[in-house]
Amino acid sequence: MELNLNIPSWSDLRFWLPEAILCITFLVALLGDLVVRGRRTWVPFAVSVAGLITAGAYAVAAMNHGLDAGQFQGHTIMGSLMIVDGMAGFFRLLFIFASLVTVLFAWTSEEIMGKRRENKGEFYALTVLLTAAMMVMAEARDLLMLFLSMEAVGLISYVMAGYMRTSLRSSEASLKYVLFGAVSSAIMLYGMSLLYGMTGAMEFDGIRNALISGTVDPFALLVVVVLILAGMSYKIAAVPFHYWCPDVYEGAPTPVSAIFSVGPKAAGFALMIRFFYTTFAAGTDAGTQLVQDINWPLLVAVMSVATMTYGNLVALRQTNVKRMLAYSSIAHVGYLLMGFVLLSSAGLASILFYLLVYTLMNLGAFFYVVAINNHLKSEELSDYVGIGFRAPWAGAMMVIFLASLTGVPPFAGFVGKFYLFTAVLDKQWFWLAIVAALNSVVSLYYYFKVVRAMFLSTPAEGTDMSPLKLHWLQYVVLAMLAIPTLALGLFFEEFKGLADMAIGMMGG
Amino acid sequence: MEITLTHYLLLAAAIFVTGMVGFIVRRNAIVMLMCVELMLSSVNIVFAAFSRFHLDGGGHVFVLMNFAVAAAEAAIGLAILVEIFRRRRTVNVDDLKTLME
Repeated sequence: MELNLNIPSWSDLRFWLPEAILCITFLVALLGDLVVRGRRTWVPFAVSVAGLITAGAYAVAAMNHGLDAGQFQGHTIMGSLMIVDGMAGFFRLLFIFASLVTVLFAWTSEEIMGKRRENKGEFYALTVLLTAAMMVMAEARDLLMLFLSMEAVGLISYVMAGYMRTSLRSSEASLKYVLFGAVSSAIMLYGMSLLYGMTGAMEFDGIRNALISGTVDPFALLVVVVLILAGMSYKIAAVPFHYWCPDVYEGAPTPVSAIFSVGPKAAGFALMIRFFYTTFAAGTDAGTQLVQDINWPLLVAVMSVATMTYGNLVALRQTNVKRMLAYSSIAHVGYLLMGFVLLSSAGLASILFYLLVYTLMNLGAFFYVVAINNHLKSEELSDYVGIGFRAPWAGAMMVIFLASLTGVPPFAGFVGKFYLFTAVLDKQWFWLAIVAALNSVVSLYYYFKVVRAMFLSTPAEGTDMSPLKLHWLQYVVLAMLAIPTLALGLFFEEFKGLADMAIGMMGG
Repeated sequence: MEITLTHYLLLAAAIFVTGMVGFIVRRNAIVMLMCVELMLSSVNIVFAAFSRFHLDGGGHVFVLMNFAVAAAEAAIGLAILVEIFRRRRTVNVDDLKTLME
């Protein structure tokens, strides 16, 4: 037996600085929290913010350097376990931004900090570690790293979902997350073990080469694809592996639901893109071919339709805003999956752009729920009546987020959907485009229901209509999300170009 | 009789299905977690068998990593269960319906 000991050289790690910084930040924040033990909760907060900003600066520098050089085809790290390329660079920035705004907003959330701010700062440390794990998910190019990064994200998520230990809802959400997560990762692992058996390789490109050159039973390969797809669609909460999603989002503290609804989902998409487009599809641009004629695009297309239709229809009858947003996030996964089936770089680039837009608008909507929850202690739609007038600025920003989620021009959500639909029509998947268009119309109804409650409904007699005083940081963060949501609806070329380049610079 | 790769794969498949069925049928959260561990063990058998078959060390490394991750998962799962049991005096998942519609 030959054990291929490919000792990685330390010099590789200079491409991995942002992740390394985040890992160190995690340790410092956790230890710092223990040292100051409950007295100064700002210590882990400040450490986390500083770490995220530093890592972000390095990630931006790496991206700029890669773009200047005109190519960012990737540096493999730790042998061939991971690759830092244009796509990984794009996702790094996305994750760091999402985590940074979440950490900032969580500082003002009573669910996270406790009423008398008695809670410790583990939340910040965990968010930082989650960011690092998600970044590795976007970089994995080996079955082992794929599994480890997905489990790392999963394990941290289970803990974060149960963060409010005094709340039964939070613990219950966490338990459901663990059970579904464990079983779906076991299913995915079984598929991976069979794939390893068929090909004898762990790296994605090695697997592809073995599949192309070797003789593989098509039926067995189809089973493997289905098993692996099951595990990954659990991560992005696509039908039929979505059961956990509404319960977890509703039970977990709202800032945690916010990061769950964008971070791990985007990471799941990054992983799926890299895995399926290197392993089960060969070639780039116009000539992407399926390996061994396994028609996984059709499989995913059916899933996409089921996901968006289910998400939208069930969202219609929700009375809890947080739960409604959970179903809406399922519907958005359905839209995103459309770009995944096209086998074209335009489709993948539109996924990346839509993920960017989705991050802004979905985080914004969740954060508004956090801000309101601090005062009302409720997420029920019936309690939102007249709330728009009690905090007009925040209310106006919420309307922007909801309009963007619907996909109404001139907001960013419209541009994102426009690119997705164009890519779909380019590849002549007309039925897919029609179903998605109908779905967008349905979604207008439930998003507007929230706007109507906030601004248009007449509150019952005796309802408290005193103005709500929001924390200044909440206005800052909401503006950080609302202004780009507006701006990206008008000046999108630059960022669409970035998404195009990221996909163009995807190394094998 | 000589033990071949096929035997290992059949054994693994049998264990995997046992775990899967157990997970679906049983309602006790601890038993459900144990069933997941069964499924992970069957994956380990497949990896180890194929690793020997291909004469490639990668599968063995995967098995070791899988052990570590499975242990971490069980630790977190049980910690959450203890938390729930303290308040509800039950670990039956059918009784945990606070979050259902």
